[in-house]
Amino acid sequence: MNAHAPILSVTNISKQFGGIKAVNGVSFDVQRGEILGLIGPNGSGKSTLFNCILGQLRPTEGHCRIHGRSTDGVRPADLSLMGVGRTFQQLSVFPRMTVLDNVILAGQEHEGSMVSRLFGRPDAGLTAKAEQLIEFFRLSPYRDTEAGSLSYGQQKLVDAAMAFMAGPEIVLLDEPAGGVNLTMLAHLKDRLLTYNREHGTTFVVIEHNMEFVMSLCTRIIVLAQGEIIAQGSPDEIRSNPMVIDAYLGG
Amino acid sequence: MTPTRIILVALGIAALVAAPLGQGNYIVYTLTSWLLFSIAAMGLNLTLGYAGQVSLAQAAFMGIGAYVTALMTLAGLPWIAAALVSVAASFVVGLLLGYPALRVQHHFLAFVTLAFNILLFLVLRNEEEVTGGSFGLVGMPRPSVLGISTDSNLNFYYFALACFLFAAFVMWWILRSPWGRAFKALRENPIRAESLGLKIRRQTLLAFAIGSAFGGLAGALMPPLVQFIEPGSFALIHSLKLLLMVVVGGAGFFFGPMLGAALVILLPELLRFTEGYYLIIYALLVIVLMVFSPNGLIGLGQKIWLGFRPKQEERRDMKKGFQL
Ligand SMILES: Nc1ncnc2c1ncn2[C@@H]1O[C@H](COP(=O)(O)OP(=O)(O)OP(=O)(O)O)[C@@H](O)[C@H]1O
Ligand SMILES: [Mg+2]
Repeated sequence: MNAHAPILSVTNISKQFGGIKAVNGVSFDVQRGEILGLIGPNGSGKSTLFNCILGQLRPTEGHCRIHGRSTDGVRPADLSLMGVGRTFQQLSVFPRMTVLDNVILAGQEHEGSMVSRLFGRPDAGLTAKAEQLIEFFRLSPYRDTEAGSLSYGQQKLVDAAMAFMAGPEIVLLDEPAGGVNLTMLAHLKDRLLTYNREHGTTFVVIEHNMEFVMSLCTRIIVLAQGEIIAQGSPDEIRSNPMVIDAYLGG
Repeated sequence: MTPTRIILVALGIAALVAAPLGQGNYIVYTLTSWLLFSIAAMGLNLTLGYAGQVSLAQAAFMGIGAYVTALMTLAGLPWIAAALVSVAASFVVGLLLGYPALRVQHHFLAFVTLAFNILLFLVLRNEEEVTGGSFGLVGMPRPSVLGISTDSNLNFYYFALACFLFAAFVMWWILRSPWGRAFKALRENPIRAESLGLKIRRQTLLAFAIGSAFGGLAGALMPPLVQFIEPGSFALIHSLKLLLMVVVGGAGFFFGPMLGAALVILLPELLRFTEGYYLIIYALLVIVLMVFSPNGLIGLGQKIWLGFRPKQEERRDMKKGFQL
């Protein structure tokens, strides 16, 4: 494996739903350690692109490679085991499980074997690590609360905590800031930057909160109607007339 | 487990030990068959209540266990060997049925198991040379443990109780392990679970196969209990009855199947005085329960309990499941 090879490489991905071309010939590379923002109007195909990359949807055309390995036909579970973490745009916790169990679950399949998971410790030795993450996301008072009874923003945070539990190399976040308050948002950004700095974790972030994206990302790709209409540094994007026209408004 | 729980479980076991004392044969027999159906229902609860798959063949797995055990013990082999083979056979058949069925999403397993139950019934009835056909098999011996025979109904009750406690312990162990967490995750949000590295197909298949193996154990206890087995005891209707036990008791709750089995077995007896109407009353009670408490009796109990001590309530304003 080439150390300089992109950690994620997307080649000419298209996804068609009936008559709608949700994603249309999108290609880009993500380098190790990069924080890439993916922005664009509602319905521009951002989530669909994620789901094609992550094996939830089969692209009509095109390929993805992670660490240079093709992801054609690779199941989402195997992608997770390959070090790819993700969050979903919709709330996606396990509502009847406690916050602690949610977070432990997010890590347990990466520990030991099937057999050790049956005969070993009930928490797969992950309680301390899970508690750290819970503490970090300021969810400690809710450690033993069923996740489904938390507020929207809190569930979003549980979701984010789960994405980090297995120590992924690359994390794809679909609107992590939705419904999260400003203090927590700053905290979340801090966390992403820390992970990025200390572990070299790569991020791809879909987000409508421009302040958050612009201050977090090193590079931004703008999607409109399923196609990339611009990419560059936050400053370049902010002043790009096409982007202002299609998305940012003037 | 909290100290209160340990005390409650100890009290429960003491009650089970004391239950048959001084009772007539009929009551001891009914209690024993409750233990047996509880084991089978516990297994089905793993499939249905935890992993969220419908199996309509739990009675067929009991049938596999019962016939394997009957044939082996009639051939002079010890019960324990027969029981082990029964459990293993049910597990393997579960894997073989589930493997193709679970590759296709959703309710396909329900259809496959439904067909399997009907098929097994026909095989048991038609392969007369081996199974005795509709006359069934008779004269299976009861096991003895450490030289103590279980020929008396009371002794056999304690033997079944030991098997029941063993099964309950195994189930408890599975559910508190990471596997248990994985099973619950499968039911609540399989897509999210998969994105976290859980191999959902394999885990669901294991839930179904383990659940089926519990059916096999329950079946292994049947020949020594009734000393007569026939295909009719393992027909589809009995799978539906087991399903009813799990749902009425409370699918996804540890004690749900035991409660459900008690109700499904005892209620007809209690309603006998109403004569011809008991089936109608019974059906109405089940419908009323399901309407008011989809989580069964345990769910109902929880609702009442939480009414006194409100702590957590499910949110109704947010969509639970999942969309891409
Ligand atoms: N499963 C589906 N079936 C049919 N059409 C779909 C499906 N999923 C997405 N689409 C369509 O594809 C287009 C892109 O949707 P997508 O969810 O990717 O947008 P998005 O950029 O994530 O938008 P938002 O910012 O609102 O989340 C939309 O027109 C949508 O209606
Ligand atoms: Mg989206």
